[in-house]
Amino acid sequence: MIEIDQLQKSYGTVRAVDGLDLRVAAGELFAFLGPNGAGKSTTIRMLTGLTRPDGGSARLNGYDIRREPVAAKRQCGLVAQQTNLDNELTVRENLDIHGRLFAMPARERRERIEELLAFVEMSDRAESLVKTLSGGLKRRVMIARALLHRPPILFLDEPTVGLDAAIRRRIWALLKRTRQQGATLFLTTHYIEEAEFLADRVAFLDQGQIVALDAPERLMAGLGTWAIDQLDESGLSTSYFASREEAGAFCTLQTQELTLRRVNLEDVFLDLTGKKVR
Amino acid sequence: MHGFIAVYLRELLILKYRFKRQLSGMAVTPLLYLLTFGYAMGDIIRMNGQSYLEFLIPGLVAMSSMTQAFAIATDINVARFYWKIFEEFQAAPISNLAYVAAETLAGVTRALMAIIVILLLSLCFGVSLHYGFWFWLAILLNATVFASLAVALAMLVKSHADQSLLTSFIITPMAFLGGTFFPLDNLPGWVQKVLSMLPLTHASHAIRSSALHQTQSPTDYWLLAALAMIFFLLALRCVGQARD
Repeated sequence: MIEIDQLQKSYGTVRAVDGLDLRVAAGELFAFLGPNGAGKSTTIRMLTGLTRPDGGSARLNGYDIRREPVAAKRQCGLVAQQTNLDNELTVRENLDIHGRLFAMPARERRERIEELLAFVEMSDRAESLVKTLSGGLKRRVMIARALLHRPPILFLDEPTVGLDAAIRRRIWALLKRTRQQGATLFLTTHYIEEAEFLADRVAFLDQGQIVALDAPERLMAGLGTWAIDQLDESGLSTSYFASREEAGAFCTLQTQELTLRRVNLEDVFLDLTGKKVR
Repeated sequence: MHGFIAVYLRELLILKYRFKRQLSGMAVTPLLYLLTFGYAMGDIIRMNGQSYLEFLIPGLVAMSSMTQAFAIATDINVARFYWKIFEEFQAAPISNLAYVAAETLAGVTRALMAIIVILLLSLCFGVSLHYGFWFWLAILLNATVFASLAVALAMLVKSHADQSLLTSFIITPMAFLGGTFFPLDNLPGWVQKVLSMLPLTHASHAIRSSALHQTQSPTDYWLLAALAMIFFLLALRCVGQARD
């Protein structure tokens, strides 16, 4: 379980995270959605011990990140936004060093490395130098590494950023399987479809504050089911409708070109903040 | 202890992959100094009854133990700013003490490798000095001074360019002025006083005295030990503050 109370972080005059309150239940797959600079990564960095909070508190499975940092770090695995693997070492060596950092006994470390290499379908690349891997394979190694010490909570900061659609879907499948094994997953993303597909609950973050928090389908239901985009002199505007019939009736009254589609989380964010997520 | 082993093992693995490159890098500079200053001028210059090569080799040992130990700063820097490996250590349940001790030992290990290369090269030039306990102790202390200083400074700099500047302003002048290539005795008194504030001056003196079987000065050893302690504590503090 993740408990966050009034967490704060500023960089100069900019409040990156501004009094954040949040509870994430054990076994939940939770997503932070928001534009660049909303405070998503800063929140994860504070929870995982990479950045010191200015104020507030947070507990990971009951361990306070400031008072019990070592115990809190044992509760979590981290897939950072940027690739942070040792390029000059092999995949196995990267995993082995991580296991040692988390004080895993030698035999357990060896077995777990084999198990996770199979899990991310990279058993045949164990002895490859990381610098020879593609971006997608490196991401998979990072996920394997984060899971190596069996953390009950897994933090993923933009886990699929920069990857093509096919690799992104493979990583989604991996994350779903990880969740099925009982882990709590906390991810940040600015991919709408990623949050919709993966998350039990989504929090929209804007300027360091949560502006909405609920299950994706409930957030979208608040706006309607169908959306119509229309381009006129003032720009692109969107109207929302509860049913297809209502949307159809609206279309018959219009003369401009229209696009009919389903409501998505981007619409919710746009409606709340007037900004796009991406 | 597990954190210390993990960080040190990572450095050793990287050293293993770069072994040939690293070894040739460690050999080229001393070889050039030995050829130009030692071999070419060796017959012309004599220092207090010794050949210039005999005078030069302990100086090269002192200089290389400094430069190679300090070079760990560049590796930490690259790992921190380019590969983001430092974040992996920050997110792991290990103490700052384990991290600093492991990186310092990695710097000392590199320094010892470089010294072995120089001693082998000096054998090729027909020079064999006294490499006893005090010789190796002086090297260990000097390498610890500069490896822990390297860890501290690697945490303070904000970019790789800053790191290069530090090397240019701290290490390079010290390499030439710390009693490595010429004796400081003939310099004006005030210059001697200024240069006696450099740790390398004391390292050069201690290493040379022990290698040439001359009178040792305990002050050199105490001073290096004190500096090693101060820089190690500084490194601990800097690593603690490296979280933004």
